[in-house]
Amino acid sequence: MDLIANLALGFETALTPTNVLYCFIGVFLGTLVGVLPGIGPTGAIAILLPITFSFEPVTAIIMLAGIYYGAQYGGSTTAILINLPGESSSAVTAIDGYQMAKQGRAGPALATAALGSFFAGTVATMLVAVAAPPLAAMALSFGSAEYFALIVLGLVASVALAHGSIIKALGMILVGLLLGMVGQDIYTGTPRFTFGFFELYSGISFVSVAVGVFGLAEILRNLENEQTRSVLVKKVERLWLSKDDFRRIVMPVLRGTGLGSVLGVLPGGGHVLSSFASYSIEKKISNHQQEFGKGAIEGVAGPESANNAAAQTSFIPLLTLGIPAHPVMALIIGAFIIQGIQPGPGVITSEPALFWGVIASMWIGNVLLVVLNLPLIGLWVKLLLIPYRILFPAIIAFACIGTFSINQNAFDIYAIAVLGIVGYVLVKFDCEPAPLLLGFVLGPLLEEHLRRAMMLSRGDPLIFFERPISAALLAFAALAIILSVMPSIRKKRDEVFVEED
Amino acid sequence: MTLNYSLKNVLAGLIFIGIGTAFAYASLGYEMGRAVRMGPGYFPLVLAGILIFFGAIIFVQALFSGPDEVAISATPWRGLLFLIGALVFFGLTVRGLGLVPSLFLTVFMAAMASQRTGPVGALVMAVAITLLCLGLFVWALGLTLPLFGPWTAF
Repeated sequence: MDLIANLALGFETALTPTNVLYCFIGVFLGTLVGVLPGIGPTGAIAILLPITFSFEPVTAIIMLAGIYYGAQYGGSTTAILINLPGESSSAVTAIDGYQMAKQGRAGPALATAALGSFFAGTVATMLVAVAAPPLAAMALSFGSAEYFALIVLGLVASVALAHGSIIKALGMILVGLLLGMVGQDIYTGTPRFTFGFFELYSGISFVSVAVGVFGLAEILRNLENEQTRSVLVKKVERLWLSKDDFRRIVMPVLRGTGLGSVLGVLPGGGHVLSSFASYSIEKKISNHQQEFGKGAIEGVAGPESANNAAAQTSFIPLLTLGIPAHPVMALIIGAFIIQGIQPGPGVITSEPALFWGVIASMWIGNVLLVVLNLPLIGLWVKLLLIPYRILFPAIIAFACIGTFSINQNAFDIYAIAVLGIVGYVLVKFDCEPAPLLLGFVLGPLLEEHLRRAMMLSRGDPLIFFERPISAALLAFAALAIILSVMPSIRKKRDEVFVEED
Repeated sequence: MTLNYSLKNVLAGLIFIGIGTAFAYASLGYEMGRAVRMGPGYFPLVLAGILIFFGAIIFVQALFSGPDEVAISATPWRGLLFLIGALVFFGLTVRGLGLVPSLFLTVFMAAMASQRTGPVGALVMAVAITLLCLGLFVWALGLTLPLFGPWTAF
């Protein structure tokens, strides 16, 4: 069978000592940023992106992917132990996980999170392996009209699934798209919006945008209100589950995995949405409803499985279509481009070792994460006490060196400062930074496909509606907007996200 | 002072209108082309137009939506000044001073951004983080940046 041969190729690639080492470094760093306060996976990957430029492409992607799903594990540790979700998708885990920790059941809570995540990660990785090739094959027949519609759908859906004001998020996408327009026009070579700066001819540095908006703006945000963290549980004991616990988590883990796998493919906060959805389902159908909010183990098992499954399947649109579902995926697209690989449906045939190697590495990474998280939990408990005031100067130092090392150009450093201030001001007014980054990455692609499609159709915009796939995609996009603006759905959506902030 | 409108959204709307207007104005300076063969100014102008439109909706809605539930957070001016200063300083000096002195002073400044860090603490952090970065970037990753630049030669 093809799948087995492909997976064999994948494991052969992923199991080389170098790749295992970098997979380990990736999940280790991921757990670290999940545990540490004030830096999420997006910021961390942005800062570490430049370091990976000297690596082989497959090694670079393996490490960056590891940071992303590793952060999902680390985020649940802080959620359980100190009631502070390290990552937004772990916010629901904090509800019951922290209560369990208070009752002296931190061990079983952590074990549930790790086992649930491992199971979900394994299933979802298989799903990626099975679903990606046919999707990529289908995507190969896409023309510019389809790509244009697909990008529009991706951008719109990422807004509809996120929380907060829809129209402000749409505004942030447009700001991102416009920032993406800076630089030489692809068809005529005219420099646009460069204000005479030669450095801007090739566009605003992608790393500067990511580090500015997700690194610097986030630090400023944290400096508004400096707090010290306190840990409830200094020592975690009894990391195993009782038979009764085990029986109670089986179904939530299975349901969470299924839910997360499906929602993860959707653009935007698929992994965040899936953990919230899983929690509300478990709460509704549980026989122990009164325990929810007071330390129900199902309330940890379901959402943790869901967010990890979603973290894996969110690679599907990236690997098959070259469309990021999430700001982190946008950064990984950036890594592909910098490595000289055009992300998209062609990757699977032109770079099979890379494609299957990354998928296989996800499973290896999940094994490494269980090992890292359960026996080494004491280390993470110590690390999550690192004060933020020591952490952020190190983040600034890494960001400076990393960004400067790409082009050896001080301009990219100034760009961080400017974009950081812009990002900070916008975040202050409750505008989410994630849509801006997605827009920035997809802007040039969107324009290219729009212009090419219009040229092919001789200026007739109906081309987007005459081709069935593109028409369907645009219809979905319109539906997503209409549904999310409708008052009744809006109310539901606010309820789902209400516990996040 | 109590407001009967959402200040956050009024300002967000105005920022969007401002950004949109700036891009629209700049787009007008480029060739427009037509739908069949769009010039460099066409797509940005369309995007900027939509952004201005959204900004206007946000602005108008904000006027009638009642006050913000959570007031705009206080700006950490000290942090802002030190962090921006640190980044600009690094950009200005990394070539001239070389990585080691430039990074050391950059981290010192960045560390001072926290209200809880005094000059002594910042100094300790600057030493430790500079050493950490040297170990990581130069020794482990083999980054080839000059450690000491021309300005440090006596």
